Amino acid sequence: MNASYLMKRLGYGLLLMLGVVVLNFLLIRLAPGDPAVVIAGEMGGATEEMLESIREEYGLNKPVLTQLGIYVGNILQGNLGESFFFNQPVSKLIGERIFPTILLVLSALITAIVLGVFFGVLASRKPNGVLSAAVAVFSSIGYAVPVFWTGIMLIILFASVFPIFPVEGMMSVKLRDANIFIRSLDVLHHLVLPAFTLSVIYLAQYARLSRASMLEVLGSDYIRTARAKGASERTVLFKHALRNAALPILTVAGLQFGSLISGALLVETVFNWPGMGTLAFESILRRDYPTIMGVLLIASGIVVVANLLTDMSYRIADPRLRGES
Amino acid sequence: MTDLSNSEGQTMADEPQQDYQAESPLLEAWRMYRRNIPALFGTVMLTVIIAATFYGMFFYTGDAYDIVWAPHEPPGVTPEFPLGTDYLGRDLIAGLLTGGGPTLAVGAAAAALTMVIGISLGALAGFYGGWVDNLLMRITEFFQVLPALLFAMVLVTLFSPSLTTIAVAIGVVSWPQTARLTRAEFLRIKQLEYVTAARAIGAKNKRIIWKVILPNALPPLIVSATLTVGVAILFEAGLSFLGLGDPNVMSWGLMIGANREYILDAWWPVTFPGLAIFFTVFSVSLIGDGLNDAFNPKLRER
Repeated sequence: MNASYLMKRLGYGLLLMLGVVVLNFLLIRLAPGDPAVVIAGEMGGATEEMLESIREEYGLNKPVLTQLGIYVGNILQGNLGESFFFNQPVSKLIGERIFPTILLVLSALITAIVLGVFFGVLASRKPNGVLSAAVAVFSSIGYAVPVFWTGIMLIILFASVFPIFPVEGMMSVKLRDANIFIRSLDVLHHLVLPAFTLSVIYLAQYARLSRASMLEVLGSDYIRTARAKGASERTVLFKHALRNAALPILTVAGLQFGSLISGALLVETVFNWPGMGTLAFESILRRDYPTIMGVLLIASGIVVVANLLTDMSYRIADPRLRGES
Repeated sequence: MTDLSNSEGQTMADEPQQDYQAESPLLEAWRMYRRNIPALFGTVMLTVIIAATFYGMFFYTGDAYDIVWAPHEPPGVTPEFPLGTDYLGRDLIAGLLTGGGPTLAVGAAAAALTMVIGISLGALAGFYGGWVDNLLMRITEFFQVLPALLFAMVLVTLFSPSLTTIAVAIGVVSWPQTARLTRAEFLRIKQLEYVTAARAIGAKNKRIIWKVILPNALPPLIVSATLTVGVAILFEAGLSFLGLGDPNVMSWGLMIGANREYILDAWWPVTFPGLAIFFTVFSVSLIGDGLNDAFNPKLRER
């Protein structure tokens, strides 16, 4: 992997982020009503004084291009504005919420990939077997179930029938003073249901995808060679075949990050998971635009970083791509 | 229909080979589709759901917005309300029959908009290539970076939550994949001989795009359009669930969202609307899979 390629991708990622900033600015300008009122939040009960200070800060009396310059400048300095509802800087609000969201999204993604690939590989051994049929059926079901509804059904199941997993929040109040180890376990315990809910959609997709991808690979000459030299079935499947079948899976995982974040938003709301999704939801209900715009920007940033990482890992996994730029 | 198969049978007897090649690919696809039992099942199921949501209320007496009974009446207890009542005491069946219309209409409109934007931009990018392609693909990538649901939420909040805004917002956030697919198809097809031939007889670009390439790119686009309808329905449900839909219009997502505070007291007001969404999207996906198989017989064994 060469450095100039990395720089090019990084620069491009930053350009995309700048695009999101400009889009945010345009959205506030295009929204009906006085931008100062929009920024203050329609339910914030903004006083004339507050509006005046917003006009001052964002330069709303100046020409549009100057305003854009001020807006971009503020964000480049890490100033995402002030939430008038929460009475806190937006960057601080998001800073508190970003870790839970990333934890949720990554756990769901890893669960989906590991389990999905496992079932997909097993199914690929018998293209017309029971497991293959099950994978096909489950991927249709997984596509069709609304993720927030799955969450609610799981809450009903685990709150009243099998009360073994907590159905709300990220930490137990009674363990607030426990040591870090116990608190981490507590978080993991709370994580089970939300992460599983979010992974269901993708699990089925990965199973289907890895099955199709494996079927393609299993017909190749090098698999026959591996079998001929006496490699065990497990080595053939998981080492020789899967390494080659993994590339499409990796591509899809990278492309899906945006949709995962969207799904996480719904799942967080259902389980009261204190992440960026609940923050977005709360701020949208209160029309707290600086916070919403901040969440949109940072969430897009997460997608950009995820795409960058996928691209890099793709190059590590497939040596043929390394020379290209 | 009988007439058609008759004349077909006759020519088959005369020149079997030639007739087989001359058969319309759409007719061929329909033949495959008709034999696909899951796809037919999906078609019937979707037809029933559409009929029920658009005509059901003419036959069912009751109003989805009226409080008609005690709240949280369980299903199967009172014969007048077989599925029970919600947290306000509104009839669930009336709600399901009334709430499907907006969900389906918004889903269909959003999917149509997605396809129009996606196909136009993808066709331009794939056909003209060069800087047009570069520019349009950068825009597409930009839209793919924005988390779709979040962006749609922002749009709906900024510009009043009406059904039109919701459909437009869903369309605006979900076209990139269609654009990519269309572009790939155009890139592939524009190199084929019949496009060169069309150019040779003096066809203009506009004609080549719409009359020569697009019809040949349709099969994968039709499949993708079907799946887009499913995604758009889920999207609408998600927005209404969050309370961002039109608060005055009953919809399945809204029913789930409004009743979710009380799930531990009453499971039915959230379960049935969820099942309705599930079966709708499931039938759409069965149709999509069926179309995919019908258009790509080679992939069937996968």
